[in-house]
Amino acid sequence: MERQLRVNPIACSGHGLCAELLPELITLDEWGYPILPGGPVPRRLHRHARRAVADCPALALALTDAA
Amino acid sequence: MTAITQSTALWYASRATGVVSLLLLTLVVILGIAVNRQGRLPGLPAFAVTGLHRSVSLLSVLFIAAHVATAVMDPYVSIRAAAVVIPFVSAYQPFWLGLGAVALDLIAALILTSLARARMPRRAWRGIHWLAYAAWPVALIHGVGASPDLRSGGLRLLAIGCAMAVGGAGLWRLTQRAREMPRAERAAAVLAVNEPPGSPARPSFVPDREAR
Amino acid sequence: MTSSMTRPLPSLARHSGWDRDEPLAGPAETRYLGGMPRLLPPGPGPSGLRTHLARFGAPPLDWAGRGLVAEVQAAGLTGRGGAAFPTYRKLAAVAGYRRPAVVIGNGAEGEPASSKDKTLLWAAPHLVLDGLQLAACAIGSGTAGLYVHRDQRLHQWLAASIAERATAGLDLVPVELIAAPARFLAGEESALASRAAGGPALPRFKPPRASERGVADRPTLVQNVETLAQLALIARYGAAWFRSAGTTDEPGSMLATLHQADGQVMVVETELGTPIRDLLRLPAPAVLVGGYHGAWIPGELAGRLPLANAALRPLGAAVGAGVLAALPADRCGLAETARVVRYLALESAGQCGPCFNGLPRIAGALAELASPWPRPEIIADVRRWCGLVEGRGACRHPDGTVRLVRSALEVFAAELDQHILGRCAGSSNRPFLPLPPDLALDEADWR
Repeated sequence: MERQLRVNPIACSGHGLCAELLPELITLDEWGYPILPGGPVPRRLHRHARRAVADCPALALALTDAA
Repeated sequence: MTAITQSTALWYASRATGVVSLLLLTLVVILGIAVNRQGRLPGLPAFAVTGLHRSVSLLSVLFIAAHVATAVMDPYVSIRAAAVVIPFVSAYQPFWLGLGAVALDLIAALILTSLARARMPRRAWRGIHWLAYAAWPVALIHGVGASPDLRSGGLRLLAIGCAMAVGGAGLWRLTQRAREMPRAERAAAVLAVNEPPGSPARPSFVPDREAR
Repeated sequence: MTSSMTRPLPSLARHSGWDRDEPLAGPAETRYLGGMPRLLPPGPGPSGLRTHLARFGAPPLDWAGRGLVAEVQAAGLTGRGGAAFPTYRKLAAVAGYRRPAVVIGNGAEGEPASSKDKTLLWAAPHLVLDGLQLAACAIGSGTAGLYVHRDQRLHQWLAASIAERATAGLDLVPVELIAAPARFLAGEESALASRAAGGPALPRFKPPRASERGVADRPTLVQNVETLAQLALIARYGAAWFRSAGTTDEPGSMLATLHQADGQVMVVETELGTPIRDLLRLPAPAVLVGGYHGAWIPGELAGRLPLANAALRPLGAAVGAGVLAALPADRCGLAETARVVRYLALESAGQCGPCFNGLPRIAGALAELASPWPRPEIIADVRRWCGLVEGRGACRHPDGTVRLVRSALEVFAAELDQHILGRCAGSSNRPFLPLPPDLALDEADWR
């Protein structure tokens, strides 16, 4: 199943955990906010993506079914 | 072992696990405030702070469970199992133990919602999590009232230390929230720092023309 | 297609023109015969209920539930609020949720350069109100609202118009007047839904869109007031009539706000596809198309293009909210852009990190680029920040701002080189593009 990362920019306050937990896909911009990849999350990273979603203190990250 | 010695062992176990629970809960609250304020522990990444907050809170659940179980099992005092979660129904010290039940209920709400936090609305989870600021003082008051342990000697200093730590951190957290830049002013604040010096409020940037 | 244009009405931004008090003085208007103008009344002054009914008759509310959506689809009506989304699809989507829905007419054109919605609400409120009723009947909604910026006289006029229709038994659905704060983003769909529900006019994270879950969690149809007025005419005269103006791909008439180089501002009704040179007095060094989320195009190109998305999209521009502004020859396009982008930065809702960090930095850099001897390396900063804010907000505010900035860097590239050498072709300091005075930055300003 194709999964995609999405961030709620209103909830996001730039904690930066997601970039620490999923550095293969997420980088932080110069203000500390996450830049997400456009495409689907590779299968091998699904577990790490789920952890990043669960650990976000602001509950701003989500793993959705790719549209 | 005689019945009284067994009872004494359970009683001591309950008191000891109670003190440790209080210490762990103090640590949980302070770590929680650190997470919220994006504080870092030296040499550790941000996810370690959230990880510690979660681990210590689960550890405190274990110690609270032991604290409660030993108290119920102890035959010397009559505390029925229901009194663990229903406040003020215990035969022994109904008020002080009732406070313990209140604290336990609040902590149970915090733990259960946090385990399910990805599956519930964000705002609901946050609202319930604020109850942590109620759970901790109730737990402390339960500890001070239910047994004389925290009222004298080294343990009293410990209790005072924990109260100061949580009180100080909590107060700091609230003042930070009060001083947070309101949303409506954020862009203006960034602009103020990034505008060229001497920019008028309503700029008209046509430059001085070179001599023609 | 021959272009046709109404006698332009003075823009309300200048507060010139006619007596706006009800009732209409003068002879009753003749029945509408199908030509131009369509939305705007042909004579001076606003169209009261009597005049409106004499010209158009009553709206066919009983038929709306059955046939309106199909007719709107055949007509090819697209949203006149800027996004040009096919209207029938919005109607069908909201109706498709099969839950009690809400219809709201969006008259909050936060765009300072646009006055067409205000003008339409003054001049032909009953067309808008007809459209609101028809849309409500088409999707089976029993709740309707009209969302308008706080302006006491306009609100009084609209309240009186609504009351007059109620007395005449014209409306099936009661209409609530909702006050919008004077913010650029107040007309954004999710901000509107938030405000209509009693909260602040702040954009919300999507999904869910307002069409699925808007006011009070109900499916909410948000339509620009001009779209509703067009709908009111399609319901009476049909798709074929609607298509008799405009182009095949972009049919119908539209309202445009024209900013002439001499400072004259006017609202006109014209057909889509009208050559820009028939609307703006050209030549001009550059033309701003669409609004403050639109784009600059070079002056000589503007002279050869029609006001149509088919021609404008390849240039990165769009018809948008129908704003056309001809840059006067003595003004500096970079300075004008810098002023506008500063305003856009301050109008950020402050909710999303990339937006409230990026837009002010872009504004600051543009301010330097519009001044003598800017550091050339900041151009790269601007491009980087544009790339960083695009698509990373909860709404399209950063995206629209970036479109304007990029078009300015391209169209005014020569001016940029001159500025770096300390020269500027502009000779006048007077601001050209309109902006509201700096408002206090208070949470209450979003209510």
